[in-house]
Amino acid sequence: MANKLKVATTSLAGCFGCHMSFLDLDERLLALIEVAEFDRSPLTDIEHCHPCDIGLIEGGVCNSENVHVLREFRKNCKILVAVGACAINGGLPALRNHIPLEECLLEAYRDGIGVENPQIPNDPELPLLLDKVRPIHEVVKVDYFLPGCPPSADVFWAFLTALLDGREPSLPYDLVHYD
Amino acid sequence: MKNFMQAALTEIAYQPQRLLEILRKIQQQYQHIPPQAIDYLADELKIPITQIVAVAEFYSFFHLTPQGHYQILLSDSITDRMLGKADLTTYLEQKLQLKLGQVRADGLVSLNNTSCTGLCDQGPAALINGYALPNLSYASIDAITALIEAQKPISEWPPELFSVADQICKVDLLLSAPIEKSTGLYAMFAKGLTASLAEIDLSDLRGRGGAGFKTAQKWQFCAEETSQQRYVVCNADEGEPGTFKDRVLLHRYADQVFEGMTICAAIIGAQQGFLYLRGEYLYLYQQLNAVLQQRRDEGLLGDNIVNQGLAFDIEIRLGAGAYICGEESALIESLEGKPGIPRNRPPYPVSCGYLNQPTVVNNVETFLAAAAIVVNGGAWFANVGTEKSAGSKILSISGDCEKPGIYEYPFGTSIAQILNDCGAKNVLGVQIGGPSGCFISNQEFDRQIAFEDLATGGSFIVFNQQRKILDIVQNFTDFFAHESCGFCTPCRVGTSLLKKQLDKIANGHGSAGDVVELDAISQLLKNYSHCGLGQTAANPVLTTLQRYPELYQQQLKNISYEPGFDLDAALETARQLAHRNDAAAHLQQVEE
Amino acid sequence: MASLTIDGQRIEFSEGQTIIEAATAAGVYIPHLCHKPGYTPHGSCKLCTVNVNGRNCSACTFPAAEGQAVLNNTEQLKQDRRKITQMLFVEGNHLCPSCEKSGNCQLQAVGYQLNMLDNHFPHFYPHRAVDASHPEILIDHNRCIFCNLCVRASREKDGKNVFGISGRGINKRLIINSATGQLKDSDIDVNDSAAHICPTGAILIKHTAYQAPIGERIYDHHSIDEVALEQEHGK
Repeated sequence: MANKLKVATTSLAGCFGCHMSFLDLDERLLALIEVAEFDRSPLTDIEHCHPCDIGLIEGGVCNSENVHVLREFRKNCKILVAVGACAINGGLPALRNHIPLEECLLEAYRDGIGVENPQIPNDPELPLLLDKVRPIHEVVKVDYFLPGCPPSADVFWAFLTALLDGREPSLPYDLVHYD
Repeated sequence: MKNFMQAALTEIAYQPQRLLEILRKIQQQYQHIPPQAIDYLADELKIPITQIVAVAEFYSFFHLTPQGHYQILLSDSITDRMLGKADLTTYLEQKLQLKLGQVRADGLVSLNNTSCTGLCDQGPAALINGYALPNLSYASIDAITALIEAQKPISEWPPELFSVADQICKVDLLLSAPIEKSTGLYAMFAKGLTASLAEIDLSDLRGRGGAGFKTAQKWQFCAEETSQQRYVVCNADEGEPGTFKDRVLLHRYADQVFEGMTICAAIIGAQQGFLYLRGEYLYLYQQLNAVLQQRRDEGLLGDNIVNQGLAFDIEIRLGAGAYICGEESALIESLEGKPGIPRNRPPYPVSCGYLNQPTVVNNVETFLAAAAIVVNGGAWFANVGTEKSAGSKILSISGDCEKPGIYEYPFGTSIAQILNDCGAKNVLGVQIGGPSGCFISNQEFDRQIAFEDLATGGSFIVFNQQRKILDIVQNFTDFFAHESCGFCTPCRVGTSLLKKQLDKIANGHGSAGDVVELDAISQLLKNYSHCGLGQTAANPVLTTLQRYPELYQQQLKNISYEPGFDLDAALETARQLAHRNDAAAHLQQVEE
Repeated sequence: MASLTIDGQRIEFSEGQTIIEAATAAGVYIPHLCHKPGYTPHGSCKLCTVNVNGRNCSACTFPAAEGQAVLNNTEQLKQDRRKITQMLFVEGNHLCPSCEKSGNCQLQAVGYQLNMLDNHFPHFYPHRAVDASHPEILIDHNRCIFCNLCVRASREKDGKNVFGISGRGINKRLIINSATGQLKDSDIDVNDSAAHICPTGAILIKHTAYQAPIGERIYDHHSIDEVALEQEHGK
């Protein structure tokens, strides 16, 4: 099939739970791959995003690498989708927003019980943390939001089939959950 | 502390309604409201601790943490800024070795901003321990800081530092012929109460605070309520930035204002009146109390006014730094010793006001006019002005003009005429009615001051071509976010969201869609807020967006999106802790 | 009997009823959070805003009157109520997956009912505390929406004055009537109405979490309009 829908996915500050839920599409995945193919995604091991139709973003933005990845997706994806609570409002990682970043890092790497060789990691390979975890719509423009922790497989299905059929996606009451 | 508290409680006769008054004394004595004082008050006044804490946190002149023995509040109105407030602040900070928003380590002095202090025609201004300091200059700051460092009591400071001028520049119907003391009362009793109300009705006097409700009708409604107790309240909480006419009216014509209140009391059947004086006008308090005492001594207040058996007295209650208390139901809440949160309406104050009794609340200027109308007749007043706006309006003119001050005009006067009189040149636009009013451009100067065209409580701020509209709008939008009482969702959250969104655009971080979003937040505020504050909080944005859309659009970058926060700054803490400053340790605000 | 119309539907009401009371009695749901039958109306959340004869009013405080034409279920009102709900979400820290009230939370349920899929506005992420001082009752200030129901419940039902709302503007906060400001030093009792009335997860009873698992809670299967009408009908 020449004109398959190109889909890219990634997890930023997330737990991959949304990806697991996506896999819960189970046998519907077979129908999906008839019409869609995956670009950059943990499911493919493709390292960088190529021009795509849809980008599914799990997780919020907690560090500089998240910003770069998110921008790469925004640049390459016609439609960018915030998937799950963390992408939409920061989610559980945003619980650290109560605590000053300095305190977080010192507790984890210097002052915490059982820390050996205490020092804040400073390898240039490591991305630096943002002072707050942010939802993705505060960093790039986002086209659609799929709430849930995680959104159920039915949510993915309702959303993707609507796009494939050329309908405006919408979620009925049963599929809207913030938990 | 116990002795002090007992004396203070005796002074307020253990009335919980006078909570603001006792908190003011405690603040003065201890530079804050200490927890022990809160506990003590709760026991003695039999009110919950929560009410006292809520009041202390609501009014910006009260603090739960200690301020300096000399507490300086810099007036941060747009007019103060136009008169060089920023540079003077820096100078003052250097002299005192103290940053804005801080208390100096030795506890001697603290420095903060406050909303407009009503000294716009003689700014930049400040308050020190509540007392107004007009016309700040480098020289006066030298003097003030020296007095502070020498720890000289404020009562011993040179009086010229506190000298506030009236600056009446143009008089008309009311100010050209103020009534003689007591003539209003005698005229009322000569005519009879019904006939006096009929004169006010005939005059077509409408409330001078800005909303313009017909005064005679308000009084009539209140008189018709069945109740044993009724109240008259004079709203002297003029907090609208750029307004200062009530300050002058109370300084110069207090008798006429009190006479207007007494006439109202006679007509509606009230025995108690209040002057709710904004805390910024503390320096008028003693003088006004002296006027009241004089009137009592002369039989113009008390149990048997002008020997006609009328019993009425007036008490002054001071506000404590909350713009919202200019809203009449918030003002009533404040009079009752509570945070100034506007009530749900209906019921309206005329049927359920102070202590749930029928209450008339009118502006200072309204009472001033009512007294004159009873003396001179309704027709005298109605013959001036336009068909829908009878009489004259007293304006507070400030900003870019040669002669700022008080100007009285018949309703229907054009903006061009006023600008000419006050010596305004090269005008970009005028803010009419303060931030909650309307910004008009220099294409609209044929418009008129009138309820049917440009309604105003009196604020008239002139801006010349050197001024930046977005600076003005930012100052006003900050003001509303600061003054929102926080009761309803749209205003509590919306005023802060509007500020964020406007700052994003004004500071050059806006992109496609950001002006649309600015407008959307404005509409929510306007259409869903609980009271006039929220409903008008977006007026600075909306009235300028309508007139200068290109000004907003020009600020936008030609990109699809830019974050509303500083991305690179968000990495600063991590950079410092990791001792990194390599290229990968930074982020561009927008994608390269 | 006097009558008015809501979205064209004629409903009867009795003297003294507010619009929301008349609507509820007639089986018409108007979204709300700070309103609860039997409590003094507050009028602060503004979700119940309806259009009465062309003017926006809070249905929970505005008296029903003969012949009023009330608009409730319009697309404009729905959109704007969604934005007001989003404002409530961004001003606090409403992280549903970590909240034991999830599924039983009225704030969340209103979001579901309005088909709110995101929080739209930039988040404030305010720093707010948790008061775990009381042995049986927990206060998580992150989730307070200032609906004032606990304040009213304590005053009107419990005959106490345990709660108050303080501060101004975006710095609003829930405060406790005790010398230390902590809940344990107040006179609240776990059986008080005020301890059970919170529409969100701001006031929780300890040791009762997760008795009903996620997915089997009130709003997981019933929308708030159904639940509210069932609970509030006729009261």
